[in-house]
Amino acid sequence: MKSLLVFFSGLLIATTAMAQEVAPDVLVKNVTNEVLDIVRKDKDIQSGNTKKAIELVETKLLGHFNFTRMTQLALARDWRQASAAQQKILTDEFHSLLVRTYSKALTEYKNQTIVFKPFTLKAGETDVRVRTEIKQAGAGKNIDLDYYLEKSGPAWKVYDIEVGGISLVTTYRDSFATEVRNSGIDGLIKSLQAKNKSGESTSVKK
Amino acid sequence: MVVKSSQQVPEKTMKTTPPTRIKSLAVAIAAVGLLAGCATSGNPKDPIEGFNRAMFAFNEGLDAAIIKPVAVGYEAILPSPIRTGVTNFFANIDDLFIGVNNLLQGKVPEAFSDLGRVAINTTIGLLGIIDFASDAGLEKHDEDFGQTFGRWGAGSGAYVVIPVFGSRTARDTVGLVLDVAADPVAQHKPIPARNVALVLRLESDRANLLSADKVVEEAALDKYSYMRDAYLQRRRNLIYDGNPPREVEAAAEQADGPATTAEAAPVASAPSVLAARAEPAELKK
Repeated sequence: MKSLLVFFSGLLIATTAMAQEVAPDVLVKNVTNEVLDIVRKDKDIQSGNTKKAIELVETKLLGHFNFTRMTQLALARDWRQASAAQQKILTDEFHSLLVRTYSKALTEYKNQTIVFKPFTLKAGETDVRVRTEIKQAGAGKNIDLDYYLEKSGPAWKVYDIEVGGISLVTTYRDSFATEVRNSGIDGLIKSLQAKNKSGESTSVKK
Repeated sequence: MVVKSSQQVPEKTMKTTPPTRIKSLAVAIAAVGLLAGCATSGNPKDPIEGFNRAMFAFNEGLDAAIIKPVAVGYEAILPSPIRTGVTNFFANIDDLFIGVNNLLQGKVPEAFSDLGRVAINTTIGLLGIIDFASDAGLEKHDEDFGQTFGRWGAGSGAYVVIPVFGSRTARDTVGLVLDVAADPVAQHKPIPARNVALVLRLESDRANLLSADKVVEEAALDKYSYMRDAYLQRRRNLIYDGNPPREVEAAAEQADGPATTAEAAPVASAPSVLAARAEPAELKK
């Protein structure tokens, strides 16, 4: 009897957890606020410590990103040309590149405020855009910052970010395609690795 | 596609010291006639990539040698409120032309909002130095003649890098000529005061980009193509006022499904691809 009770209460907890899946706009809002709170308090990140910013991104953000999808989008047709092993390496390298870029952007953060635009999730939608806006202190021009999320299982994952209409992912498409055309998938892997190596050394210096 | 290697020659020689850069620029420009005839890297958006890369390297050299160091000094010397004031002053003058362009695009409420901004900021904003209009809820827009032409239905045309101004498309280059012709700062007299104002505006704009710069350095595998593709996406976004039809979708199909679209076939003839990419056709739907 007791074990049955435990079983049922367990079931109850499981279903409430399912019902409480986080809506994409709430997810973006929570994570943004959490990360910016930390950046606001962290003098090291503000003064350009990319390494520390990377740590922050790795712990707070990575779980919410779908890097395989991002890499696939950036490679477009060439993705299918890559073997499973190559896809894995490409994803890892592109992941490092994006994390470093994003971290670098965080170190440039200076008291801008983020405005979250109204968002409604239509029933059954699995692919959405959550729009936010960066308000610059003083100067009037705002910058759009849009997140594209896709539902995978119960969770929403970000697969693209657009800053002022410039995609963090598809901006790479033409350079990746050129690289693959000239020196194949392995050539692209090599140049991604080289880029990441040079980036590591500069972020350590700072 | 085959001549790809010959195209990269100017780019590589460019990335040396400034004097050689200028010399090789001359060589590169001389070679452009040769290249332009046969140079296609397979990218239909960028048929004169050889020339563009040379010009890009020239601009980068000019930036590294003069424009950026001055902007860094400008940022270091002047306190932030003053820099904001300078930015706002020129932004206020811009608003007048943003309003005119909104009017030309038939966006009447936006045009009135822009003119309202000018009225408020020029008076109580002390000749535009303080942006009260934004605080009052009149949003700043971003319009120019290139975008107006895009709205009217002109295709973007080929990507081209022009001296000092940098990335443009053929359409935006024509727009730029009009932007300059209609620019009160560029038309201001006496000439010495105008020159001071032009340099100040250039450096103020450049200083505002210093942090974006660092991010691009971090991000770009090949800075030239990164800047090019970022520019093209940005312009497309601006013409649609922040709501362009999503290209990501098309790309997803490309990645998963069979390659059937024009973009999926980079060797397709340039005009048809350009036509397929032109914003107006999509706009009219």
